[in-house]
Amino acid sequence: MNLTTNLTGLELKNPTILAAGILGTTAASLKRVMQGGAGAVVTKSIGSAPRTGHPGPVVTEREYSILNAMGLPNPSYREFVSELALAKGDVPVIVSIFGANASEFQEVARGLNDAEPDGFELNVSCPHANGYGASIASNPDAIRETTEAVKDAVEVPVWVKLAPLTNIVEMGLAAQKGGADAVVAINTVPAMAIDIESGFPLLGNKVGGISGPAIKPIALKCVYELYSALNIDVIGVGGITNWRDAIEFIMAGAKAVQIGSAVYNDIGVFKDISDGVARHLKENRRSLKSIRGVAHK
Amino acid sequence: MMATNVRITDIVEETPSTKTFFLDASLDYIPGQYVMVWIHGVDEIPMSLSYPNAITVQKVGDATSALFKLKAGDRIGVRGPLGNGFVLKGKSILLVGGGVGTAPLAPLAEKAKNKNISVKALIGAKTDRELLFVERFEKSGDISIATDDGSRGYKGTIIEVVSKLDLQEFEGIYSCGPERMMSQVLNIAKNTGMTRMAQFSLHRYIKCGIGVCGSCCIDPSGLRVCRDGPVFNGEQLMDSEFGKYMRDGSGRRILI
Repeated sequence: MNLTTNLTGLELKNPTILAAGILGTTAASLKRVMQGGAGAVVTKSIGSAPRTGHPGPVVTEREYSILNAMGLPNPSYREFVSELALAKGDVPVIVSIFGANASEFQEVARGLNDAEPDGFELNVSCPHANGYGASIASNPDAIRETTEAVKDAVEVPVWVKLAPLTNIVEMGLAAQKGGADAVVAINTVPAMAIDIESGFPLLGNKVGGISGPAIKPIALKCVYELYSALNIDVIGVGGITNWRDAIEFIMAGAKAVQIGSAVYNDIGVFKDISDGVARHLKENRRSLKSIRGVAHK
Repeated sequence: MMATNVRITDIVEETPSTKTFFLDASLDYIPGQYVMVWIHGVDEIPMSLSYPNAITVQKVGDATSALFKLKAGDRIGVRGPLGNGFVLKGKSILLVGGGVGTAPLAPLAEKAKNKNISVKALIGAKTDRELLFVERFEKSGDISIATDDGSRGYKGTIIEVVSKLDLQEFEGIYSCGPERMMSQVLNIAKNTGMTRMAQFSLHRYIKCGIGVCGSCCIDPSGLRVCRDGPVFNGEQLMDSEFGKYMRDGSGRRILI
């Protein structure tokens, strides 16, 4: 069964993609995910200066979910250029980038151009790093300006990763207006947990974002609405752990799906999911294209 | 796995720079496995277990300094045991430890003795007072000591002691300590055809502890120290970053 997908001009051998923030700081970890069968990979979010991120705990596991507040640790685009060059090869490598404003996003994108990433994903939606992401996430003008600024600076596809708990269609339209080639929905959902014995919040940053199966229905609704309203590709992400989830997102309108938390159970989850999707399509004599968006009845 | 709150029951000063914190919970674990220790309101750091109910800690930074200020009766959070520990094989094994890295080797020596495996431990430290768990190794088998200043045992590095041994006597080598020391052990193991039989406990910047954040991945395999390790065999470390560099919290390379 042919699962090749043309996503914003990139040829993917299958529509599963490593989500931003999971592994992805080094070429070696990206390569390992590629070997696990991913059709493309997104790096950890890269910014303008080195950051070690928030104090720990940076994750706490909950039933059906992972709560995290990593705090955008990254070595800066200057350091990441060499890593990116090493990661390039087998499948498209998309660099997730973040910044405090449109010009900082542009600076980071320009700085990474030399290493020739296959695309950029703009993290305008990290829920737990002060001054980054969240301040842009619900501001359509900022999303449009940021997208335009990066589009002006690069020749490769630009995806914009949107936050839930916003007027996501308005944000998606703003990204489209700014020239985005695709939107990615959704980032983690703002969340927290408290240790009732000590009374301390369970994350070092106190608040963070939740990912995993708990947020799947939220992500699915966002993808569904964006597919209806936008003319550009929609990439679904949020709680996809098996092939059934992937089919569900494609039926909601996703052209490809990103997988993050499920890597916790199995780093080879990408192959399992694409094999499952292929099997399902073959058994039902359908194609990826024929099921995309069928839930819009 | 969620953090469990445990109470510190006793604190033992092992050396001028290390303390063992005994806890009111005993973990079913394999020597070499670690726990993420949450010092409330400060940070969460990986620590290897030195007993089923204790961690042995060297004061090196903010988090360990905060831990050192705690007293018996105070609470900390613990996630674990995490990762993969040492795999015991053979009838005669060699342990090579340096500094606070000796901590996970002591319970390994005890486990080996219980399985009637003959243990030879080579333990190094800067000086006599920094030697850790000497009695535990003595009770579990044969021990040789090296100190940089010669205040006890051989004057020099533990590697010099290793290189005087006939390694063919052993069916396994287990090492934990400074990475320069361990990479020399790997070299010696390589030269004697024992790469696969040598196991090393790696120290890397572990943030999440569950294999998702990627901060501890090693080159070029992408193996995660927090989840696929922290114990690796020599075969897995050949031609890797081991002994050359590691990464800081931001992902930048730091030469070893």
